[in-house]
Amino acid sequence: MYQYDEYDQRIVDERVAQFADQTRRYLAGELSEDEFRPLRLQNGLYIQRHAPMLRIAVPYGNLNSKQLRTLGHIARTFDRGYGHITTRQNIQFNWPRLEDVPAILDLLAKVQMHAIQTSGNCIRNVTADPFAGVAADEIVDPRPWCEIVRQWSTFHPEFAFLPRKFKIAVNGAKEDRAVIQIHDIGLDLVRNAAGELGFRVLVGGGLGRTPIIGEEVAAFVPWQQILNYCEAILRVYNLHGRRDNAYKARIKILVKALGVPEFARQVEEEFAHLKDGPSTLTQAEIERVASRFNDPVLSPLEQDAAYRARLAEDKAFAAWARRNVREHRVQGYASVVLSLKPYGVAPGDLTADQFDAVADLADRYAFGEVRSTHEQNIVLASVREADLVALWQDARAIGLATPNIGLLTDIISCPGGDFCALANAKSIPIANAIQDRFDKLDYLFDIGDIEINISGCMNACGHHHVGHIGILGVDKNGEEFYQVTIGGSQGNDAALGKVIGPSFAAAEMPDVISALIDTYVALRHDDERFIDTVRRIGVEPFKTRVYADRQPQRKPAHV
Amino acid sequence: MSDKIIKNGCVVEDERLTVKLAEGEAAADIAVPAGRVLVPLAVWQARRDELLARARSGEVGVWLAAGEDVAALAGDLEVLQLIALHFPKFTDGRSYSAATLLRKRHGFKGELRAIGEVLRDQFNYMTRCGFDALQPQAGRYTDAQLEAALASIGDFTQPYQASVKDPLPLFRRMDRGADREVQQ
Ligand code: HEM
Ligand code: SF4
Repeated sequence: MYQYDEYDQRIVDERVAQFADQTRRYLAGELSEDEFRPLRLQNGLYIQRHAPMLRIAVPYGNLNSKQLRTLGHIARTFDRGYGHITTRQNIQFNWPRLEDVPAILDLLAKVQMHAIQTSGNCIRNVTADPFAGVAADEIVDPRPWCEIVRQWSTFHPEFAFLPRKFKIAVNGAKEDRAVIQIHDIGLDLVRNAAGELGFRVLVGGGLGRTPIIGEEVAAFVPWQQILNYCEAILRVYNLHGRRDNAYKARIKILVKALGVPEFARQVEEEFAHLKDGPSTLTQAEIERVASRFNDPVLSPLEQDAAYRARLAEDKAFAAWARRNVREHRVQGYASVVLSLKPYGVAPGDLTADQFDAVADLADRYAFGEVRSTHEQNIVLASVREADLVALWQDARAIGLATPNIGLLTDIISCPGGDFCALANAKSIPIANAIQDRFDKLDYLFDIGDIEINISGCMNACGHHHVGHIGILGVDKNGEEFYQVTIGGSQGNDAALGKVIGPSFAAAEMPDVISALIDTYVALRHDDERFIDTVRRIGVEPFKTRVYADRQPQRKPAHV
Repeated sequence: MSDKIIKNGCVVEDERLTVKLAEGEAAADIAVPAGRVLVPLAVWQARRDELLARARSGEVGVWLAAGEDVAALAGDLEVLQLIALHFPKFTDGRSYSAATLLRKRHGFKGELRAIGEVLRDQFNYMTRCGFDALQPQAGRYTDAQLEAALASIGDFTQPYQASVKDPLPLFRRMDRGADREVQQ
């Protein structure tokens, strides 16, 4: 992964010093609460239900073993022994003390990490495909481009106080695994007819209260100009985005208000001034950044016979390999997903010991590196086929080998009411109740690929709109209820789900999911995924079944 | 409590009234006080001829509210010695873009002053966007705090981006060759 040079390190060190001084002035009463809030947010520090929450940046999901051990140490020393992977590939700690945060940032800086711009109305962590650099369907490796965007957006003096937060994702593969269509800017690496490299640029995607799929504002921006083009977008947004109402402040609202053609025209006008200016990228700069990733050089290996034999004879191993092992572009290697969705655990949680143990797995089997995914799991990008059995056994020993990647129990969930002050309802217990209901592996395999996403309120941290089944916590007269959508999806044909009808009490949710699944199983064609069945037959049959099965909620009689 | 301001990296006295248009007041008929003043864009536009000599001498400067288009002053940049851009709240970042445009696109060379909610933790960003004068609200800092706040201007010594202050991005400004490893 990317290695800092002295300038990268200096910028992070200077940030640590700056924030330590800001915290000192705040605690001394020199900075008011209102003045400190945006400063701490731009260092990833929220005040949530029980304690501060610290969100640490994991640039486009890349982590090495040394960093994982530091995270384990932080979890053990400053938190309650665990951390959490977020839907934007970052790491969150739910229990640090404000007073300890400068010390935590100092520890992170020593392993080339930080919490810069992980919250606040600024450009956030850039996200990408967790299989970048190894995916078989990749056109161009997005990581050097992500790093270039990361550097450009870090402490950009003009764009630190935008109308609202701003998220950028980069895709370089045929199948988009970075959900670029729900980002403020989605950058899609493409080649034009002449074979030149550039970016298709999408703008204005986002979930939250007003979910919108991003639209194309430029079909092809040459790679040399991409920072100039992004600067043009950001300047138009910074000057003209709404600031009177936080719910209408995202760039998606500006794009909708102006319409895509007018928005694109304004960006082009700004871009005309910036084009070929000093921020224009050079081949030398791309190569310099790319060379700092120090990727292992892999040459093709013989297919491993022992691995294949084991697949045939060991059902448990075969189940894991089928769901958690992915094709690698180099023969004899594979990518492995460690599941952070065992039953009964908050999706995406890792204990301090697991951080250390994952670091050991990375060192032993994966060239010392891992990636976090927006589905809240962990990827070992390059593992020798010959090592898969041993890796599986080691991962099982630490509880990270649940063979459920992409299955119904691989649920994406926000922290919800157990942690978050904004929540209407709890999320994690719903995820756990669904996992309890569907605990038969054979049945899960039979149901096949399906994504359930849960958010505790309309801020949509759990991406419920793009879940095949989306679950949203709502407040009904002070009680926790859940609204259900189906038909959402991420990826190349991203779509927003449709609400199936009135919301449900928590206790009804496992039955609701069962009814949806039963409908699918009854009506599916051979080898048809849940989402494809929904697309083919629409919401109606699902809705009918769910509400027919539903036990009316009766008030208990007074006796 | 201080009513000093920062100019070109030094704390200095700078007495200057800021004229504001109260609700219902017309730019054409308010009295512009004598002496050093900042007047709103609307007053400048309505009374340009009358104020021209005072502007040339630097006695009168013009201030723009956040969101007012700097292009409105494009024809006056040879005349004006001082333009101020207002931050209604420090979290309202429009004036960073306005400053950048005034300096880079329109080539304004005079004093560019940040007024309104101007706080030390934004000094670094403000100076990089081309502000050479920073005017915190009177009384926000003590003299000693303002002196201490000068350090914030240099919070980041080699930023990544090109900006008004650093015309080149880091990759063109410095040699970032492969020999510059950090010790792991
Ligand atoms: C517990 C503390 C948290 C708080 C207070 C919080 C708050 C918020 C708020 C207010 C928004 C809406 C912003 C907007 O619409 O512009 C939001 C969006 C979002 N949050 Fe969180 N969040 C928290 C935790 C998390 C966690 C743990 C994750 C990941 C699992 C997460 C991922 C996201 C994502 C991906 C969005 C963006 C949805 C979109 O594109 O609009 N958040 N969050
Ligand atoms: S979706 Fe709502 S409840 Fe869940 S973490 Fe985000 S703000 Fe909190």
